[in-house]
Amino acid sequence: MSDLLRVTPSGLYCEAGGFYIDPWRPVERAVVTHAHSDHARPGSKRYLCSSACAPFVRLRCGEESAISCLEFGERRTINGVTLSLHPAGHILGSAQVRVEHQGEVWVVTGDYKTEPDPTVEPFELVRCHTLITECTFGLPVYRWPEARTEFERINAWWAANQSAGRTSVLMGYSLGKAQRLLAGVDAGLGPIFAHGAVLGPTQAYRDQGIRLPPVRPVSEAPLDVDWPRALVVAPPGAEATPWMRRFRESATAFASGWMAVRGIKRRRGVERGFVISDHVDWPALMEVVSATGASRVLTTHGYSAVVAKHLSERGLDSAPLETQFRGEAEEEGA
Amino acid sequence: MKRFVHLFEALDGTTATKEKVALLRAYFEEAEPEDAAWAVWLLSGNKPKGSANRTRLAAWASEEAGIAGWLFDECRSAVGDFAETIALLLPKPAGTRESGSLAESAAKIESLAVLDETGQREVVLSAWRGMDGAERLVFNKLVTGAFRVGVSRDLVVRGLSEALGVARDELAHRLMGDWRPTAEFFSSLTDGASTPLDRPYPFCLAHPIAGDPAELGAIEGWQAEWKWDGIRAQVIRRNGTTAIWSRGEELVTDRYPEIEQASRLLPEGCVLDGELLPWGEGGPMPFNQLQRRIGRKTVGAKLLAEIPVVLMAYDLLESDGQDCRPLSLSERRDRLAAVVNEAGHPFLLSPTVEAGSWEELGALQRSALGRGAEGLMLKRLDSPYGVGRRKGAWWKWKLQPRSVDAVLMYALRGSGSRASLFTDYAFGVWKGHELVTIAKAYSGLTNAEIREVDAFVRANTLEKIGPARTVPPELVFEIGFEGIQKSTRHKSGYAVRFPRILRWRRDKRPEDADTLETVASLFEPLE
Repeated sequence: MSDLLRVTPSGLYCEAGGFYIDPWRPVERAVVTHAHSDHARPGSKRYLCSSACAPFVRLRCGEESAISCLEFGERRTINGVTLSLHPAGHILGSAQVRVEHQGEVWVVTGDYKTEPDPTVEPFELVRCHTLITECTFGLPVYRWPEARTEFERINAWWAANQSAGRTSVLMGYSLGKAQRLLAGVDAGLGPIFAHGAVLGPTQAYRDQGIRLPPVRPVSEAPLDVDWPRALVVAPPGAEATPWMRRFRESATAFASGWMAVRGIKRRRGVERGFVISDHVDWPALMEVVSATGASRVLTTHGYSAVVAKHLSERGLDSAPLETQFRGEAEEEGA
Repeated sequence: MKRFVHLFEALDGTTATKEKVALLRAYFEEAEPEDAAWAVWLLSGNKPKGSANRTRLAAWASEEAGIAGWLFDECRSAVGDFAETIALLLPKPAGTRESGSLAESAAKIESLAVLDETGQREVVLSAWRGMDGAERLVFNKLVTGAFRVGVSRDLVVRGLSEALGVARDELAHRLMGDWRPTAEFFSSLTDGASTPLDRPYPFCLAHPIAGDPAELGAIEGWQAEWKWDGIRAQVIRRNGTTAIWSRGEELVTDRYPEIEQASRLLPEGCVLDGELLPWGEGGPMPFNQLQRRIGRKTVGAKLLAEIPVVLMAYDLLESDGQDCRPLSLSERRDRLAAVVNEAGHPFLLSPTVEAGSWEELGALQRSALGRGAEGLMLKRLDSPYGVGRRKGAWWKWKLQPRSVDAVLMYALRGSGSRASLFTDYAFGVWKGHELVTIAKAYSGLTNAEIREVDAFVRANTLEKIGPARTVPPELVFEIGFEGIQKSTRHKSGYAVRFPRILRWRRDKRPEDADTLETVASLFEPLE
């Protein structure tokens, strides 16, 4: 029997159901796990995603995109294949895709994390026969500290910058990470501003009822603004642009899982790093793999070959899957 | 341990000198004396006396993490740093834990020297289990001998001086020579008690002269001497015994028996500063002759006869048991002349070079090579003997400087008959607290030295990158070259032409190696 899902030149394909999951080329029918650029690409005829994800897919793929939505847990049968979406905990609306055909269950995790995060629906464990899991941080050196302690460190950094007279510029991916940062910092410390790229997704989070502190656009800051008191949330890459000049003296920091490794921090020339990741770390990855009960595990993103080899040694049927997902590329530092 | 780890992280996180001094001060004010003593010891570039080998550490860590050896290697190549890889890999400590003090951790590491593999494993595992990630990183760096922080010894002394309220020069002196990090030692830093009899003074170091020497003012105010190419040393005669210290603060008395013997003729309570030189019938012998004696702990009669050594004395730091460094150079010189003339060979008085004008002196400077010297030293006649490398009183006026002191960064196997040995090296200079490569060289060492470096590389490999093996920054070599060019091939931005190893600078610590700024300053005069 051929595989229920397989990699084709256009992306991960379900032949029996006639749909793709996060295709990297335009297709007839695309099921989208979440709206990061390596998963949601413009040009497909029809999109299917979670209701919470839809506004972000519109932002990414165009207002006029034909999107139909599924609630989490809701089942839809396409050509005899039953499809449902389950929270992945990566960003708001991010989903794992469960595909069932003739009693065989596959789950595609998309990007996911199991850690609690007030800005997303909590990760749901879905049992399956075959699991396709991401491995962005699939090395045992990645073990996240508690987000709470990292946020304490961020607050302390912000406060220290305030006394040193430096504007705190905190970098994180504009969709997902930025909102998680906004929700996690102590907004009582001072005013919060955001780079333009962060504002759209932030409004979309608010529209869905996620509570976030007041955020003002940097571009609309009054002339006499006291920058050193402020926290500025910006996407990675902003630190090397003229945009930064307005803050004069600034302290920059990155929030990313990659910041767990000093060498990566140094290679990126990061002044300060906070280990806040929207992906699973090694222990969580191992836990999820085993709790799904899957006997076959296909791996994508990042350290897929390493994880597959490790799981094979543990007696699972495991192999890397050649995809074009990048997760969070180290060089992006997102 | 916690406090020291915070200090390590904070020092790592700033490049501002003032901030570093403030951090050091705060640490020394708060830390327990024994911990503080260890911190001084470690931050000055010393290592604990024990260590565990990397293969074993990797195996124990993999076991703790429940992973296979190949996966450890994957992790290590992703992380880049051995000590950090282990710190990140280990499962989080369970429940309540007690990491203990820095002194306790150091004692554990020192205990490894006398334990077998089982004993070592027990010590290391129990240490790991009691520590969080940041503590493990520092512990692992200590246990592998790879601990480094971006502070110079001078900065440590400054922070300590502010914390203890003891003058910097005095502290620098109290930190000289052989000492062990104990609570008693740390207290003695404040009151100056328990001075060891053989303690040397901090060496006064010269700056390379950048512009025209005439800018130093009237030549009458200056004393010129030949700049000798030997080993800087202090000969200390106190209480009827002699100690010879190299500039790397190594006690080398046994290696120069002819000097030790003759020092009996020195007056009691006397300290000479000078250069150990190989000296034949006609004067100084090439430095590479001296190299044959440097590496040996004891010297045989044959070598002693072949390569006799003298002390070319150029300063007197103590006479009649009194510290005479505050005296002016001219006064010290008079007393030095009397002492050296009385003692006679192998103590020689470094001759002054007399000239009526800077032009005349320049002409003499250019003749240095023919006299077995590498240039001139200029010393202000009215200056006291300073501590360390302070600008103003001592200058070195070398013949066109065509060498840098660089640190061995990685090694490759040679070819042909040397294919089994690591004989090809890459060297770096300091850019901040990072090394950047400046040259690759494969010739210039003796066969014995090559074997020694080879053994060092094998025992200390940090990482295998293709055919290259990276090593911790420990060995310093003087690299000669024909010129300097800008280059994109080397991370330093410069490349030297026709590099070769002039000598192994065993007398220098890695932090004494040259900086990128020095290299950059050499760039222009040569083009």
